[in-house]
Amino acid sequence: MSMLELRGVSKSYGQGDAEVHALREVSLTAGEGEMVAVMGPSGSGKSTLLTIAGTLEEPTSGEVLIAGQPVGKTSRNAKARLRRRVIGYVFQDFNLLPGLTAAENVSLPLELDGVSARKARVPGLRGLERLGLGQRAAHYPDQLSGGERQRVAIARAMVGERRLLLADEPSGALDSANAQAVMRLLLDACKVGGMTAVVVTHDAQLASWADRVVFLRDGQVTDQTAVAPGPESLLTPERNQ
Amino acid sequence: MSVPHALLALLSEGPKYGLQLREEFEARTGEIWPLNGGQVYTTLQRLERDGLVESDGTGEEGPRKGWRITAEGERELATWLRTPPDLSSPPRDELVMKILVALYVPSADVHAVIQAHRRYLVELMQQWTRIKEYDAGSDVTMSLAIDAELFRLDGLARWLDAAEARVNRAATEGGPAWAGQAGPANQTRAPLPRHRREMRIRR
Repeated sequence: MSMLELRGVSKSYGQGDAEVHALREVSLTAGEGEMVAVMGPSGSGKSTLLTIAGTLEEPTSGEVLIAGQPVGKTSRNAKARLRRRVIGYVFQDFNLLPGLTAAENVSLPLELDGVSARKARVPGLRGLERLGLGQRAAHYPDQLSGGERQRVAIARAMVGERRLLLADEPSGALDSANAQAVMRLLLDACKVGGMTAVVVTHDAQLASWADRVVFLRDGQVTDQTAVAPGPESLLTPERNQ
Repeated sequence: MSVPHALLALLSEGPKYGLQLREEFEARTGEIWPLNGGQVYTTLQRLERDGLVESDGTGEEGPRKGWRITAEGERELATWLRTPPDLSSPPRDELVMKILVALYVPSADVHAVIQAHRRYLVELMQQWTRIKEYDAGSDVTMSLAIDAELFRLDGLARWLDAAEARVNRAATEGGPAWAGQAGPANQTRAPLPRHRREMRIRR
């Protein structure tokens, strides 16, 4: 079953001559345990696609399904619950709250969902430890490096029973080594944790971590990568003769 | 890849047999530059002729013959390591040529041509990333070799992005994409600046 499905989703802003088509008839699926990258230049509609997939915006037309359920007709409360419990977001600029420690930032979504601070602390700490940040739990964001901040943000996006990770240029502000580490964590979340991830990026090297890469241009899906052949195809001696 | 210098590097660790050199070469270059056995042994003979290695003089030519590096070989290796390769002229890149040619072909959809190459590059990068993550493990040499390939492919992918943006800009400003500046299609093209005329393409 697809964890996320977009069916013919269009989004436009403004009207008449000022109308801008951010997305046109976009269809996209991401299965359980799958990592999909969406690549495209600035202004191609990547971020709009992600905000609509995350129910933060309504499409002008078309349908979004999460875990097989159409979200278009659900109430605002139901969508908010979906965002608190099922969907995790990772942003380029981390979006950590500066006045909270790493552990408090990670457990915050659970607290917002009604879990007591004391109970929420346990999965929060576990999430940090899973990402190698157990020793940093009591640190504030300004005491962490960029790479550590993004790992905290990923831990926050995964805390609880979340199943869908939406990441908007999650490595954009990081150096190459930290950017690769972030992609490795997101891939692990899918392959080990069974989550589904949709990662928006303009960077081919980061997109290459994904199972499938979808190309977006002028608000339309123009292409996608085929299922890659096994690594043996690149390692056979004949290739070099 | 300079096979002679790779063999000198392996012998700089200490004397080794021919078979050992062949196995270590393959292990250290992460199977990315495979060699056949004969290539190893003929290269060793050439190095011996040039005084860069010595054989133990026992046994027949082949896997069981022992080899060690000479002082001259050590000097040659040190010089080679510090000498940058000649990168002064741009390589003849078939992908680049295809995009440049597509600009002149009236029936070619340049965006579709660019996208076909971009998809292929990303698919290759997906495979290399998988190999690095799942097969390279703690093999630093293999990981470095794959990183080099990933950065090379990434450079081409970035060039395609820049090429597409440039083609779009040229189309918006009017005039054919190849003209490189706004103006009517029949505009007389200015002669190339001197530095462009002199840019040599490696063959």
